[in-house]
Amino acid sequence: MSSYEIYIAYMTIVRKEIQRFMRIWVQTLLPPSITMVLYFIIFGNLIGSRIGQMGGFDYMQFIVPGLIMMSVITNSYGNVVSSFYSTKYQGSLEEMLVSPTPNWVILAGYVTGGVARGLAVGAIVTTLSMFFTQLEIYNFGIIVLVVLMTSILFSLGGFINAVFANSFDDISIIPTFVLTPLTYLGGVFYSIDLLPDFWASASQLNPILYMVNAFRYGILGVSDIAVGYALLVISAFIIGLFSYCMYLLNTGKGIRK
Amino acid sequence: MTRYALQIDQLHKTYDNGFIALKGISLKVQEGDFFALLGPNGAGKSTTLGVVSSLVNKSQGSVKVFDHDLDKELSQAKCLMGVVPQEFNFNMFEKVQDVVVQQAGYYGIPRDEALRRTEQLLKQLGLWHKRNEASRTLSGGMKRRLMIARALVHKPKLLILDEPTAGVDIELRRSMWEFLTRINEQGTTIILTTHYLEEAENLCRNIAIIDQGDIIKHSSMRDLLKTLTTEVFVLDLQSPLGQVPEIPGYRLQLVNDTHLEVSITQGQDINGVFEKLSDAGIQVTSMRNKTNRLEELFVNLVTSNKTDLQGVSA
Repeated sequence: MSSYEIYIAYMTIVRKEIQRFMRIWVQTLLPPSITMVLYFIIFGNLIGSRIGQMGGFDYMQFIVPGLIMMSVITNSYGNVVSSFYSTKYQGSLEEMLVSPTPNWVILAGYVTGGVARGLAVGAIVTTLSMFFTQLEIYNFGIIVLVVLMTSILFSLGGFINAVFANSFDDISIIPTFVLTPLTYLGGVFYSIDLLPDFWASASQLNPILYMVNAFRYGILGVSDIAVGYALLVISAFIIGLFSYCMYLLNTGKGIRK
Repeated sequence: MTRYALQIDQLHKTYDNGFIALKGISLKVQEGDFFALLGPNGAGKSTTLGVVSSLVNKSQGSVKVFDHDLDKELSQAKCLMGVVPQEFNFNMFEKVQDVVVQQAGYYGIPRDEALRRTEQLLKQLGLWHKRNEASRTLSGGMKRRLMIARALVHKPKLLILDEPTAGVDIELRRSMWEFLTRINEQGTTIILTTHYLEEAENLCRNIAIIDQGDIIKHSSMRDLLKTLTTEVFVLDLQSPLGQVPEIPGYRLQLVNDTHLEVSITQGQDINGVFEKLSDAGIQVTSMRNKTNRLEELFVNLVTSNKTDLQGVSA
């Protein structure tokens, strides 16, 4: 295939993926918006007013970056895992497998779909947060970079989950038992400075901590982790997961018989 | 020089659970052919086509599509193939038109051109009026035609059809036969698997029969049918008969008082039977084959293969 043909194949997958989550916006865009508004009201306004300041900011201001990140993570992951698994389950994945579309283009198409939904939900949540607090941008470049990298990373994670899933139950196990606990323990609601030394060190094994803190740095200018180090960790995860996805696609594990 | 659309050499497939689906089959399909790959359920037909269309990983052997080796030039080989699988495998929530346009996109066809080709194919296959409906709302026959349209949108030179007429009513099946014959005449090589043997007999010029992972027959349809030594015809009689008439050299049997079965062996002439019956005052109003000729051969071949294998294992 020529580069132009590859571009068309890539755009076909991307268009399909974006149309899918836009068509079912009541299931994909609305629920995270409602959930985040509830977080803003309950944790930010009601409980936050009693907590006072954290990291030198109002509690509401402190948790907003983490909550935006949480919505980006869950939606990027959720988009790819549900879409790719449905495609596999219905058999329509074969449409792509019999075509000359290279494996990396299939992966890139699904990841772009996940990133698009992650960014769409992130933008909605950011807009909603403006009704509850005032956000000042500290470093716009870092914000864009971290959101993009995070949504790419979790889209890749969703892809791996979908490849191994054999039932619809399997696509909810990782988000429920792994992703949600890691997100809650990833510094969304607190600074790891508040934790005892052991738990502060243990938290550093949680990749989500790096994303939340790097993003918080972009908005507030504060972070528990050095931003350069955080970006390095996220990059390493992306490279690792991308390589594994390509291995799965090239060997046909969970996809071809 | 003969050019081959498909060359399979010593193809083996063993599934992860140890089941040996293909035991080193070799097969050649000429360019422009209408080729039947027949076999009982579980014989290895779909596995063979799965390997060719790269949906199943082979264990050993080589596959070439128009001289492009699947191991070395997979992308080029895929561009030349269109696949219609046995099961419905499109997104049931997509619109009919989108199913075909998206498939064109996977082959790198620009959207304008894809829309034009989709319109043409959906019109040819009688689906244009359904273009904006969700594909799940189509009838079984329409879904089959949608899969054919999808497989043809990139104008493949080799079309692989895995039981394309399964569950389709006879009227629709005939219109699909006409459509397939037309595209074959226009130069597309077709490989067909089917359980309707009259379909294979009517459409295909060459045939391979696969059983238990082995090719047990690979020849032209004409040569294969020549090997049938006995054909049984059923004659409809104008008036009831009390007893079987005696015609020397022919075996006759009454099915009921108005239907007579006649066995004709190779070299015998059915006109001789008609003359003798006419002389005896018996009028024949119509005649048909008791079973499809290919069906008879197919059953004989598969049964004898089973007996041979049992003999070997004993």
